[in-house]
Amino acid sequence: MGLAAAFWIMALVAVGSALAVVFHRNVFRAALALVLCFITVAGLYITLSADFLAAVQILVYVGAISVLIILAIMMTREVQKGSPVNKMQIPAAVVALVLLGIMVYTVTATPWKVAAEAPLSPTTVPLATRLFSENGFILPVEIGAVLLLAAILGAIVITREK
Amino acid sequence: MTIGLTHYLVLSAVLFCIGLYGALTKRNAVIILMCIEIMLNSVNISLVAFSSYIVPLLLTGQVFAIFVMVVAAAEVAVGLAIILAIFRNLTDIDVNNINLMKW
Repeated sequence: MGLAAAFWIMALVAVGSALAVVFHRNVFRAALALVLCFITVAGLYITLSADFLAAVQILVYVGAISVLIILAIMMTREVQKGSPVNKMQIPAAVVALVLLGIMVYTVTATPWKVAAEAPLSPTTVPLATRLFSENGFILPVEIGAVLLLAAILGAIVITREK
Repeated sequence: MTIGLTHYLVLSAVLFCIGLYGALTKRNAVIILMCIEIMLNSVNISLVAFSSYIVPLLLTGQVFAIFVMVVAAAEVAVGLAIILAIFRNLTDIDVNNINLMKW
């Protein structure tokens, strides 16, 4: 019962803050609504018993990415201009609603084979063994490290003054 | 009414479509990046939900969500760097006015 209440609260706040990101005219407040959306997604991870991912979500998204986005908003002086929309509002709304209808129909019509076991409760140690063990995901982890290094170097090179 | 896999998947679909609508209609490049982040987060929700309902002992979906987070962090760093470079050259990040590569 408590889990259901937590899910509904998180879901409503997540959808509301996502709508605020899209429809709020103040860019800075849209960024703050995005932070709220990230926090509720972390709460949803906790209701799915993914505790490590919830902590990573808070650290990476709420801590780092939102700070980067707010820094970019401040450096580009876009707060005065607001968040204008282009001429494709109605086609985009039609596309989004049709896609939503297709996805909701597919999800509700598919008979999912839900497993009987309860999910692993502290997930940090199983995730580490899954990522770094012999026949695990060690090669994608290395590729991810190289990707992050390339992204850091690329960001520095692109933003450097001539 | 207990919360099942379908609830999480429908919530993920709703968030994805909100982000898609924003990414298609907004003219501010930073807002477009924020909408893309919402879409990536909704995909992560569905991956974690699949992981904990379908294969609760394997954690494959959670591993995949971690990789999605890595790629999202790299994407937002490079994307904001590109936006700042464009702003320095054109003093504008309205995507309707950034049409240097438009034929």
